[in-house]
Amino acid sequence: MDWKRKHILGLSDFLPDEIEFVMDTSRSMEEVLSRDIKKVPTLRGKMVVNLFFEPSTRTRTSFEIAGKRLSADVVNFSSSGSSQSKGETLLDTARNIEAMKPCILVMRHNASGAARFLSRHLSCSIINAGDGLNEHPSQALLDLYTILKVKGKVAGLKVAIIGDILHSRVARSNIHCLGKMGANLWLCGPATLLPREMARTGATLTNDIREAVKNADVVMTLRVQSERQKATFFPSIREYFRMYGLSNNIFSLAKDDAILMHPGPINRGVEVTNDLADCGRSVILNQVESGVAVRMALLYLMAGGAHVAD
Amino acid sequence: MGRTGEKIILDGKGVERVLTRLTHEILEKNRGASDIVLVGVALGGVPLSGVIRQNIKNIEGIEVPVGVVDITLYRDDLGKVGHQARLKRTEIPFSVDDKRVVLVDDVLYTGRTIRAAMDALIDLGRPKNIQLAVLVDRGHRELPIRADYVGRNIPTAQSEEVEVCLDEKTETWRVVLREGAPDKGE
Amino acid sequence: MLLIKGGRIIDPASGRDELGHLVLKEGKVDGILPGDAPEEFAGKVIDASGMWVVPGLIDMHVHLREPGFEWKEDIRTGTKAAAVGGFTSVACMANTEPVNDTPEITRFIIDKANREGSANVLPVAAISRGLAGKEMTDFTELSEAGAAAFSDDGKYVANSLLMRRVMEYARPFGFPVLVHAEDPDLAAGGYANEGWNAIRLGIAGAPAVAEEVAIARDILIARQTGGRLHIQHISTRMGVEMLRMAKRAGLNVTGETAPHYFTLTDAALEGYDTNAKVNPPLRSEEDRMAVLEGLRDGTIDAIASDHAPHDDSLKECEFSSAACGIIGLQTTLSLALALMKEGTISPVRVVELLSASPARILSLRGKGTLAPGADADVTVIDPETEWEFRREAIMSKSKNSPFIGWKLRGRAVATICRGIIRHEAARGEESF
Repeated sequence: MDWKRKHILGLSDFLPDEIEFVMDTSRSMEEVLSRDIKKVPTLRGKMVVNLFFEPSTRTRTSFEIAGKRLSADVVNFSSSGSSQSKGETLLDTARNIEAMKPCILVMRHNASGAARFLSRHLSCSIINAGDGLNEHPSQALLDLYTILKVKGKVAGLKVAIIGDILHSRVARSNIHCLGKMGANLWLCGPATLLPREMARTGATLTNDIREAVKNADVVMTLRVQSERQKATFFPSIREYFRMYGLSNNIFSLAKDDAILMHPGPINRGVEVTNDLADCGRSVILNQVESGVAVRMALLYLMAGGAHVAD
Repeated sequence: MGRTGEKIILDGKGVERVLTRLTHEILEKNRGASDIVLVGVALGGVPLSGVIRQNIKNIEGIEVPVGVVDITLYRDDLGKVGHQARLKRTEIPFSVDDKRVVLVDDVLYTGRTIRAAMDALIDLGRPKNIQLAVLVDRGHRELPIRADYVGRNIPTAQSEEVEVCLDEKTETWRVVLREGAPDKGE
Repeated sequence: MLLIKGGRIIDPASGRDELGHLVLKEGKVDGILPGDAPEEFAGKVIDASGMWVVPGLIDMHVHLREPGFEWKEDIRTGTKAAAVGGFTSVACMANTEPVNDTPEITRFIIDKANREGSANVLPVAAISRGLAGKEMTDFTELSEAGAAAFSDDGKYVANSLLMRRVMEYARPFGFPVLVHAEDPDLAAGGYANEGWNAIRLGIAGAPAVAEEVAIARDILIARQTGGRLHIQHISTRMGVEMLRMAKRAGLNVTGETAPHYFTLTDAALEGYDTNAKVNPPLRSEEDRMAVLEGLRDGTIDAIASDHAPHDDSLKECEFSSAACGIIGLQTTLSLALALMKEGTISPVRVVELLSASPARILSLRGKGTLAPGADADVTVIDPETEWEFRREAIMSKSKNSPFIGWKLRGRAVATICRGIIRHEAARGEESF
């Protein structure tokens, strides 16, 4: 297979072959990370700009480390609040960054479709590190990588995604990614955060966490944002935890070798109990580790094609 | 395959004979097989390093470690090649520190692959020395690199292409020289 | 003096659909001559053979953006677009800056239109001061200044008591109250139809029920007060259904829809196309079909463009920051004709929806008809010629639309406003 993409905007239009290609490339990157000298000269002389319009620590840091492991010059550009509040449009901000000749722009923005929008106006490669409610492709790819590493396969596994499905870009990317790779997806959350139309993804929907977790191979809980409670999607954090928090009791319904995943950062005692987050079957830190390899793979693939302008 | 402008340089027997000679030269120069490790350059050098390993075993009764180095991450033409360079895997499951590393590749051309392979090896440790064995040296070097063990010197034009093929079914080798194929680099 | 000869004269208000020759004189319709065209005529002659000759089209819902947003549109460019699109009258909404909530602004718009306009401009004044939804504007004064109707378009009158008072107060005057039906709480700041496409794209959804609840409330208030209610840009299935029920119940309620609601669905959002961002949002196929049925069976009275120009900077941006609105003056007629082509509505119904009904709803005397003595507002339509809607052909200052690049069939070849030819395309001309 030849890699033809110039941008990673989302996984909705990815082919299974392309996902496999990323997995394969990530494995090579993991080999690099296993060495004493965890650095290769691949992206020497190329600049990667992390353009983050939303606060982020782990994703930005993960991309930063990935870039540095590949010898790229990594520059972080963070802007809290919307671009409008600064009086500058997203396009103007991005064009200013592009004038500094980056090879790859890694961007996060609170508007769905923001990465796609910029890809139509800029000549550098763009990696979407989260756009509004739409997608967070590198997170889903690292989740898949983690599952494949622990389980050896994903096809046929029951994967339960629990929480605020409606507002989760991690869920959307995972639905595309894991769905295309043949996982048996279950989506679970309060009815206000789990639109019935989601059934069109091919996933099974349930409002009952027990049903979702029962015999699951993978249980992925999503972060709950407290502002959703203020918008009355659910009555209280307390009630949310009672209904959709993952406790030992609930998790014991899953298969004996089931793994627990969370994209982070965790609200302990809201999405997952304290002890469960740290238990042996939690692969939350493995996800973080996989993140660097997968993001190295994405940076490599973006820098490597014939399309790169500079 | 009978295409015009295609010339067989070495047939199966020829390749075997050349590899046997190369093995003897390696053993002679290193006074045996101790401390020798073989590292095939992915992809072309990998099966060749396997043959040399078997030859050493037949001659000396010693199994030398064999690894694979993928030079893709060390290329100096990333983003310039017309196709996406697919990553292979570097697999060197042993320490190269203080070892005599014999890099094995199929065709030596510009020398850029070997430069990258040496960089990759040095990132992995500090070998005692690095030697280079190639089946074919076709000239046109762009870097000051020379092979220690050469199977065949074949004068070529830059427009020509040298291909070392291994028929997986019959396990027979062939080295062919063809004309006019576009230069894809090394 | 103007003779439009040999056309198919369609005038639903007079029950006329026949070949004839229309004579215009001193800004009025003089009469219709049957039989052969006169050999000699002391005035300009427009050959309308193969064409339709209809009462000037009336777009009862446009935004001319003047005063206040002249970089998006102004009265001169907006009415030029109207003339090219076949419209002789446009009703412009009050969400200007300042808001058209005082007689001064109303008069300013009318004066400006008289000086620079290519079409009649009918200012619609605000229902509430500053469109704030709190206090009523001075209806009588505004009406005397020339306001044709009242609307807080762009905003729903969320306060039910204020809406009741408005409907009640306006009743004796006979003013139509035009409502933008959208419950802001239910819409919850969403800007795409709540449904699969919005979910898939991760765009905050505004559910159909936000419109439906608002329509239901206002119909019930109209029933209670006996006031004249007109529902703007209906986009939902249940919205159409409730209007149908209201009419069956004999209530004084009318409704309009816009071409994008019967032509497009929320599938047009694919790729976060900001040109398809509009309020109310483009709905589902089921809603679109219901709107079509409403146009067919007479539930929906009028087609209005909701011409809402925005400069490119508000469309060339990320979806959530983009402005809502589609320009429509130059595409509405063709998109309505497309309904005729596909057999949904008859030629007579096209003219009703685009001229006779808006005139009736807005109580415009001498408009929406070709009866002798009516204003000489006439549109000559070539119902057949195919043309492409190109960006360069846009008369509006705002040159974005989801229909750019569309092949459309049928267009206005002559637009005559008060006896003056405001637009004329050479026959067979590819584009204008």
